[in-house]
Amino acid sequence: MSNYTIGGGFSGENATVQSAHDRPNTITSGHKACQGCGEALGARCVLDAAYRLTGGKIVVVTATGCLEVFSSVYPENSWNVPWIHSLFGNAPAVASGVAAAFRRLGKEDVRVIAQGGDGAIADISMGCLSGMFERNDDVLCVCYDNQAYMNTGVQRSGVTPSFARTATTLPNGVYFGNEERTGKNVPKIAMAHGIPYVAMGSVGNIRDLEQKVVRAMGIRGARYIHVHVPCPLGWGYPTSETIRVARLAIRCGLFPLFEAENGKVVGSTPIEDQVPVEDYLRTQRRFAHLFGKNAPVNALESLQNMANENIDEYRLVGGLAHE
Amino acid sequence: MLHQLEGSQAIARSVALCRPNVVSAYPISPQTHILEGLEGLVRSGKLESCEYMNVESEIGAISVALGAESAGARSYTATSSQGLLHMMEVVYNVSGLELPLVMTLGNRAVGAPINIWNDHSDAMAARDAGWLMFFAETNQEAVDLHILAFRIAEETQCPVIVNVDGFILTHAYEQVDLPSQDQVDEFLPPYKPNTSLTVDNPMAIGAMVPPEYFMEVKHLAHRKQEQALEAIENLGNDFYNKFGRNSGGLVHGYAIQEAETVVVTMGSVAGTIKDVVDELNREGMKFGELSICCYRPFPVSAIVSALKNARKVIVVEKSLAIGLGGILSREIELALNGLDVQMVSVVAGLGGRNITKAMLKECFLKKSSGEVTFLGLDEKLVNSNIGSGL
Repeated sequence: MSNYTIGGGFSGENATVQSAHDRPNTITSGHKACQGCGEALGARCVLDAAYRLTGGKIVVVTATGCLEVFSSVYPENSWNVPWIHSLFGNAPAVASGVAAAFRRLGKEDVRVIAQGGDGAIADISMGCLSGMFERNDDVLCVCYDNQAYMNTGVQRSGVTPSFARTATTLPNGVYFGNEERTGKNVPKIAMAHGIPYVAMGSVGNIRDLEQKVVRAMGIRGARYIHVHVPCPLGWGYPTSETIRVARLAIRCGLFPLFEAENGKVVGSTPIEDQVPVEDYLRTQRRFAHLFGKNAPVNALESLQNMANENIDEYRLVGGLAHE
Repeated sequence: MLHQLEGSQAIARSVALCRPNVVSAYPISPQTHILEGLEGLVRSGKLESCEYMNVESEIGAISVALGAESAGARSYTATSSQGLLHMMEVVYNVSGLELPLVMTLGNRAVGAPINIWNDHSDAMAARDAGWLMFFAETNQEAVDLHILAFRIAEETQCPVIVNVDGFILTHAYEQVDLPSQDQVDEFLPPYKPNTSLTVDNPMAIGAMVPPEYFMEVKHLAHRKQEQALEAIENLGNDFYNKFGRNSGGLVHGYAIQEAETVVVTMGSVAGTIKDVVDELNREGMKFGELSICCYRPFPVSAIVSALKNARKVIVVEKSLAIGLGGILSREIELALNGLDVQMVSVVAGLGGRNITKAMLKECFLKKSSGEVTFLGLDEKLVNSNIGSGL
């Protein structure tokens, strides 16, 4: 993997953890993820950055899902960190318990990270996640969002975007994918809890993502990072295109990169080279029905409006500079 | 030291004597007074080095406890009924991960229809979940079983459910002897986990296990429970030697040596049954009583040994396998397979229905039809519904 594709084309202080020859490799090679898996890349970037910052003092709680399945099938294991998998729907609560234990055992120097896909974190753990936020437990929760239940065969999740085709929102000429649904906005739900830190990141901007992890790990209390991780299998694009697809999602405005502290947006990552949503959508078979002969009339307009609203709300073009 | 305490407060104080580091619970009747008691002990500083976690659900409660236990902290939770069912996915997970968590179950019926009163339907839902399960007969035994539970859990690496009859024990004021902190410290050493999440020795806990190994994992869990029988019996003896009370162990027999008919049960109803046994024996009959204290692992040898001379065994249980009948009675019947003994199955006290001495006496003396008896059933009401086509 070249420095360019992992976003590390800088030297000195600007270099990414991923571009370093001695990167920690919290999740090491040999695991069973698909080629081009955005989630594997996202998890490694997040955890390597946290590992580097804390001198290896992290414990990772992983929810059931692709990330757990491809990394830990007995007797093999890709994790170079203390790691626990309990269930699909309880990773934030398990992490709260680990943090509580460390608090009482005098091990508060060891930091706790809960992680999982969007099915786990945004859907089935929502109660536990909200409880962890509300108690302001000292846990960083990371959601790797590939916008559907990929591990079980690409069924729709609560964050599947508008019009996307999934195994349970098949377009058939009458219905056009995940119609009339915009996807649950988990970062805003997190912000509504008033927790100290919330951010959206993407594997399309590794340096930005790593900086967000560093900020999050510099704060105590409940923190949340929502990471956009394209899935070649579920979205239908060539495995070599993960980073390009992730970057188009950022550049069109459908995936705004921002940070919030104590419930208020404090900064966003500007779009340097804006593109219409069509440029992003056309890269993926899950949106192919929006361009065929029987394409729905208002779909593109509706998706472009969503991107425009993001651009306005987070001032992504010519607006708020990154603080 | 003797105290006049509500069962729940006694349990809270007993758990506190075990010095848990993390207590995580979600309120549900009739377990609530236990968690209120523990929270109060933490807030007042009487229970030091303990984090009390107010959580958003039972799945959160047991998941927090699971996480804390996996990080090397002695942990505790408590629930009842629907709460246990809401936890159930995690209940299986805790035992699969071999985490020695201790949980109190304030036994309560399971709805629908919603019913907050006592029976053992909730416990029976967890009977195959890989936890050790104890049933307390009195508040004193509830106090003692919690101290034993932490020791047994940590020694066998199996989680333990201590069953305590909801309201009947949890809300009853009785005299209990609370051991001193020194006594408990001597019996229960600080928790030293076999495996825990530590940066000194990074380890993955909770891997996916494919068909090539899964059967072995489950077989070992079964073997481990069978081996736990010995530890449970021995620690019951240790407990007797240190505290002078015959709490814990596998089974408790009453007037069983000469008995021709033995009534087998679990939990607090044993007290009422013993009174009936006494009455019947005063009238010249030969009755005895056997309480199953350790329900999981199921102590087959101890049960056979206690019942081998009986001609008739009456199982009184507060649970029902709908579509089958009794649960405990079937298990006792299997344990006694091959012995020449008449089995009677009595389902009693569902949803808090009163179990009186008179009802029990009449039932014990009745000639058995071979069918399951539902003690105190309103036949008229049932028949009128059957008449109308259910």
